[in-house]
Amino acid sequence: MTFRRTVLKGFMAGALAVTLGCAAQAQEVVKVGLILPMTGPFASTGRQIEAAVKLFLAQSGATHGGKRLEVILKDDTGNADATRRIAQELVVNDKVAVLAGFGLTPLAMATAPIATQAKIPQIVMAAATASITEASPFIVRTSFTLPQASEPMADWAWSNGIKRVFTVVTDYGPGIDAETSFANKFKAAGGTVESVRVPLRNPDFAPFLQRVSEAKPDALFVFVPSGIGAQFMKQFVERGLDKAGVKLIGPGDVVDDDILNGMGDVAIGAITTHHYSAKHDSAANQAFVKAFEAANPGVRPNFMAVGGYDGMRLIAEALKATNGDASGEKLIAAMKGASWESPRGPITIDPATRDIIQNIYVRRTEKVGSDLFNIEFATIPQVKDPVKARK
Amino acid sequence: MLTILFDGIAYGMVLFVLACGLSVTMGLMNFVNLAHGAFAMLGGYVTVLLMQRLGLPFLASLPAAFLAAALAGIVLERLVYRPMYAKSHLDQVMFSIGLVFMAVAGTDWLLGSSQQIIQLPRWLQGRFYVLGVGIGYYRLFVIGICGLLAVALQWGFAKTRFGSRLRAAVDDARVARGLGIPVNRLFALTFALGSGLAGLGGALGIELMGLDPTFPLKFMIYFLIVVTVGGTSTITGPFLAAMLLGVADVMGKYLVPQAGAFIIYALMVILLLLRPEGLFARART
Amino acid sequence: MSGTVLEQHVRQSLRRARRWHPAELAFWLLAAASFALFPTRFLILNEIAILALFALSLDLILGYAGIVSLGHAAFLGMGAYSAGLLAKYVTADPLAGLAFGMATSALLGLLTSPLVLRGTDLTRLMITLGVALILYEVANSLAWLTGGADGLQGITMAPIFGTFDFDIFGRTAYLYSLLVLFILFLIARRIVNSPFGLSLRGIRDNQLRAAASGVPVPWRLAAIYALSAAYAGAAGALLAQTTQFVSLDVFDFHRSADLMLVLIIGGAGYLYGGLIGAIAFKFLQDAIATFTPQYWMFWIGLFLVLFVLGGRELIHGAIKALVARFPERGASS
Repeated sequence: MTFRRTVLKGFMAGALAVTLGCAAQAQEVVKVGLILPMTGPFASTGRQIEAAVKLFLAQSGATHGGKRLEVILKDDTGNADATRRIAQELVVNDKVAVLAGFGLTPLAMATAPIATQAKIPQIVMAAATASITEASPFIVRTSFTLPQASEPMADWAWSNGIKRVFTVVTDYGPGIDAETSFANKFKAAGGTVESVRVPLRNPDFAPFLQRVSEAKPDALFVFVPSGIGAQFMKQFVERGLDKAGVKLIGPGDVVDDDILNGMGDVAIGAITTHHYSAKHDSAANQAFVKAFEAANPGVRPNFMAVGGYDGMRLIAEALKATNGDASGEKLIAAMKGASWESPRGPITIDPATRDIIQNIYVRRTEKVGSDLFNIEFATIPQVKDPVKARK
Repeated sequence: MLTILFDGIAYGMVLFVLACGLSVTMGLMNFVNLAHGAFAMLGGYVTVLLMQRLGLPFLASLPAAFLAAALAGIVLERLVYRPMYAKSHLDQVMFSIGLVFMAVAGTDWLLGSSQQIIQLPRWLQGRFYVLGVGIGYYRLFVIGICGLLAVALQWGFAKTRFGSRLRAAVDDARVARGLGIPVNRLFALTFALGSGLAGLGGALGIELMGLDPTFPLKFMIYFLIVVTVGGTSTITGPFLAAMLLGVADVMGKYLVPQAGAFIIYALMVILLLLRPEGLFARART
Repeated sequence: MSGTVLEQHVRQSLRRARRWHPAELAFWLLAAASFALFPTRFLILNEIAILALFALSLDLILGYAGIVSLGHAAFLGMGAYSAGLLAKYVTADPLAGLAFGMATSALLGLLTSPLVLRGTDLTRLMITLGVALILYEVANSLAWLTGGADGLQGITMAPIFGTFDFDIFGRTAYLYSLLVLFILFLIARRIVNSPFGLSLRGIRDNQLRAAASGVPVPWRLAAIYALSAAYAGAAGALLAQTTQFVSLDVFDFHRSADLMLVLIIGGAGYLYGGLIGAIAFKFLQDAIATFTPQYWMFWIGLFLVLFVLGGRELIHGAIKALVARFPERGASS
């Protein structure tokens, strides 16, 4: 009897220890569901962000606020239904504490109701349409908004003697955002704007550029998704628009660091406004670029990477601030107003809108040695998203 | 205005070279090869790799693009396509979509997902003006090459022994076989030629259409439109169809940019409605 | 005299076909049991049920009337946007949305049927594809209504019958989709085993002969095409309601291509093909995507190629063997 009882006791104690152990372990891990387009036309966005997230964890360690961050990577192929289902599964089955990633606007929008319903922070690391952060009180953005990057361009262009601008943008959310915010600001300053929109699946820019060349504007404002920027630039030069004295201006997507080097000399002289350049002159950025390139040979970090890097840092900082409390409301509260020196310069999460406040730089594409870079020559400090700021 | 016409013709020319191989194999073997774009992509990537990694000049890499795609065509025809000829159209469609998926993911794995960019030689950059019409050197070059190809193909198809055998086989493979024409070998050769042309088109098109792993999916629809509208029994049919689509697409986007994306699809549906049977009567099983 | 004998014979064979095979009962019992068996997988089960309904819709025209289509997503998208817009602007009642989605899609099917019902397989493939692409562009350019590329936001659904609320675990969603699938399946089963269904098969096998024996071919085809469109619209409506979101993706080419794949896996022309194919396809996709998120497309492609090259006989053989294990109930009568 006693023997049996002892065994039983021992067994129960063991079982108890195992249960407790499990519980303790479960408490220590905070899961982050990272949903990115890893295949399909927007795969480069996913790869950049994934690399940056890994880099941050490698540099700063996985433990923050006493909890270990564990990242679960899922591919949504850039398809909004998939993003939503994956997010839902991550919340329900994997019990993630934070959702992150979101390469495109519709992907972020589709997931917003899940974040609201589950009260889980949704960190938008790439998508750039202004309205995203209004879709849920649990959305925080660490990338940028297109109006934020486009409006400073209107000021710069006007004060540098540009009076007539032709805009060419891709016909979808971000493109329309860039076009309207630039055009409104530029017209308000007194300039004239003509606009044309290019379908998303468009093989050849010739007809649109021909219109531009006939309109003979002072500058061509362009926004196209970063992948096809190179093609655009080449046809711009092929059509002799650069020689005709048309300046190429726009938000920095068209001279994306990821592919800039392959564009060749056609890109030289483009003036863009953006929040990040791999050549940003700061110690933090040099260290970031060096580490990124060491971990991913042959790939230069672009603005997507920096969005992913800061997004991961935001999660870590928030967890530290709450002392490891991973409940959604606490994390969001901690994220509001968070501020630090990012590779792109000083950034703050706007407590009112949960959108990012950051410097916007005016850059010119130049050749440094044998490589092309966007060299920053003017800074507009601490720009808020102008769309929400006006409300 | 004339500049736009010129741009449209250049664009149509590239479409023709990309799609004419598809039209011949479709007519000849009654085979719906949606993977045709994969051969074009192969040609494009061969060009990119030769130029970037080995520093070969652009002109030298064009024949290489043709050869590589043609070789891949021969091998694949022998290994996997041949058992497909007897199957239903639906099976062929599924099979070739499978090939496209593999090509897309495989290229992505090998070479990354980003857009590939090449540097044209200096003499092909820029443009000149004739009577106020701006003409890009590269587009002129493309029109020249593709025009020559079209003439050569038409001549080969109409005048040579290979061409007459081919036409006989397209008309009625069984009778042609009975007359001692080696139809299978003819198939293989034509397939290789068509794939090679696609490869060349892919290489020429990098500058105009871009190149990334999703190329075969993105342009599949354009090829199919050219073939369906142009018919499969001649060279001139697809040629005219490609010209029409190229010019209509470019002109339409220039004149009414708001409707840009619709034009090409609407055109296809209208053309097919006007002549549904005549264009594809032969392909009926 | 022989006419009435023949009629007797046909009626009998139709009645026999309508009788339930034990394997069918087992299939639906399993579907119902899945609700209890996989309590953490409702989301993917819901997607399977919707895909199965979508595949069922293609099976109606492909398997029974021989109409090939590469643009069936047109009807899925039509149903999804109709249901989504109705929920957003008029009423959030799910059943009203379902009916509306089916109605608009059926109308679209009826309107486009004259385009599709002429020409050869290839022109059909191209025209269906073209119609879907045009609708994609229409939805994209009507951004004020559809949200354009950002997708249709802000759909909230009322509880079904005012009591069953859509929950985050997808329990209600799955039950709802499964029930709709089952009911529509019953209707489809009854239709294909009616004289109307029989005449369709006659058209499929030989259009000329069917026309010669007095079957009004164009009308029959238009009717089944519209019915199939309505089914696809129902799938679209379910998709919009259970995810409470619609994006342009519903019109995308890959939807139609995936659908073909589903039907090819399961086999066309016996109604269960789409259902079995949907299960196989989703689990395959989910498994491969978990195992290699970057390159799942490659494996799907390889699977397709091998499948067409010879694997199909294996799988379909296995399904037949499984069905044969069930004793035919009252086979003699």
